[in-house]
Amino acid sequence: MPQASDGLRAIDVDYLARVEGEGSMKIRIRDGKAEITEFGIFEPPRFFEAFMRGRLHTEAPDITARICGICPIAYQMSSAHAMEQVMGITVGGQLRELRRLLYCGEWIESHVLHAAMLHAPDFLGYQSAIHMAADHRETVELVLRLKKIGNDLVTLLAGREIHPINVKVGGWYRAPSRRELDTIVDDLVWAKEASLALVQFAASLPMPELEQDYEFVSVCHPDEYPYNEGRIVSNKGLDIDVSEYLDTFEEIHVERSNALQSVIKGRGAYLVGPLARYSLNFEKLTPDARKAATDAGLGEVCRNPFQSIIVRAVETVYAVDEALRIIDQYETPAEPAVPYEVRAGVGHGATEAPRGTLYHRYEVGADGRIVDAHIMPPTAQNQQSIEADLLSVVNGALDLPDDELQWKLEQSIRNYDPCISCATHFLDLEVDRE
Amino acid sequence: MSETVVIGVGNLDRGDDAAGRRVAAALRDTVPSGTLVMESDGDPAAIMDAWKGADRAVLVDAMVSGSPPGTVRRFDATTTPLPIAVHFVSSHGMGAAEAIEMARTLGRMPTRLLVYGIEGSRFRHGEPMSPSVNDAVEVARGMVMAEVAGVGD
Repeated sequence: MPQASDGLRAIDVDYLARVEGEGSMKIRIRDGKAEITEFGIFEPPRFFEAFMRGRLHTEAPDITARICGICPIAYQMSSAHAMEQVMGITVGGQLRELRRLLYCGEWIESHVLHAAMLHAPDFLGYQSAIHMAADHRETVELVLRLKKIGNDLVTLLAGREIHPINVKVGGWYRAPSRRELDTIVDDLVWAKEASLALVQFAASLPMPELEQDYEFVSVCHPDEYPYNEGRIVSNKGLDIDVSEYLDTFEEIHVERSNALQSVIKGRGAYLVGPLARYSLNFEKLTPDARKAATDAGLGEVCRNPFQSIIVRAVETVYAVDEALRIIDQYETPAEPAVPYEVRAGVGHGATEAPRGTLYHRYEVGADGRIVDAHIMPPTAQNQQSIEADLLSVVNGALDLPDDELQWKLEQSIRNYDPCISCATHFLDLEVDRE
Repeated sequence: MSETVVIGVGNLDRGDDAAGRRVAAALRDTVPSGTLVMESDGDPAAIMDAWKGADRAVLVDAMVSGSPPGTVRRFDATTTPLPIAVHFVSSHGMGAAEAIEMARTLGRMPTRLLVYGIEGSRFRHGEPMSPSVNDAVEVARGMVMAEVAGVGD
């Protein structure tokens, strides 16, 4: 381990993490109490906000889909909804159902990748999923196939899995036929059993104990587990229209971070993501998803961030159920998109990316070009909650050597499934102990 | 099933990480019959499915090994892991190198696996490929073409 000249111990960060952008954290420990003096994690969307100014509003779904290779659908959905609000149109009926179906595919692939391949090894003490595969071959085979079914669903609807291209402002470029959707039903039926097995696997993991008094925030719809549409609701009294997002939340600079941090104005930290969605919308899960959660030992509210791995598995069950329901009831729409006249205005979109609420705001000129773009990704919104978790974890593990502490902190950060969590070791940690 | 499958891995929006997929795109219409060409973001299940039953798989990806940008290296990964000092770039943790080792662990390797790495130097969002890597795409295309055509095999 390198010894820095100022007496700090520096812990190596994996080279690949440097390539992808990294997380950095400095902790100062004095009198048996830890303080986070620096914390920041990589945020890809900033480049895109500037890049979109001057581009046509119709390009936003395709451009923003490129921000994240794991959650392109979320970016497409939030941007499409915001632009549709600008143009004064609503996408309903089967076109709306198809968008939910697309989101099901993204949730399946993202949740399965994260929970089983990236996060589970932390719980079991493996360096990576490859090391885990030697001892848990059946589980790894199962999740590889399950994830691929999510990919296949996205490819079926969006044209291609990596950078989907079929979603447009107003609906779709092309709506699939009933026969096309039927091709994936057998796989989804298999996926239902596999996702239930994934819940059991997640529930069997050794679970660290931590309970946090989060302010949960998610999109909430009166009748549906949230994907695309609804009000922004919290467990502490928040209930606003999406257009009030920036009146309610603000991004602030704090000295210890090079990234913006989101807070509820006048209140502070909040939490978006699986735990928040689940705790605010438990009754809207399908009966099988609710039962799987209960059997896994979860209550209707979940405040242990480490149990997010179980919640992701439960949400995978929901996504499979919802996909099967939508396909069962599907009728090919007469037109793939709603026509509209271009007009100037401001639009807001908030949808539920796998890792939490993704908010977009656009100002569009009369020529249909983007004047201003603002994106609040879930990871940025969760920064303060991540910090609070990390502080709790550090204070409960002050005696651990740095490498074990780093392991625990990376496991804690992965509760939030940020972009950088994909790297095996991504946290550049410095611990200053007296 | 194709006798040979060529898989270009990468991300078109991340500078030199596009190299593997550019090679695949350049090869697509020119390879001999019996050769399948595909592009991938590195998803292990998709890669393992792609080479299932193939006599030979050729995987092309960007790498970081400390060599000058644009360097093209060939590895035979059939029985031995890729060198530890060579990092194959991945946007999401589970990239080509992970797919290979996962396949080895699960017993899902092709009969023969060859990997072409193209040394990259910049991988940030929205960056174009560096000129030397752009040139290397053509070099790698030629090498892979010779490989699948059986020249020098």
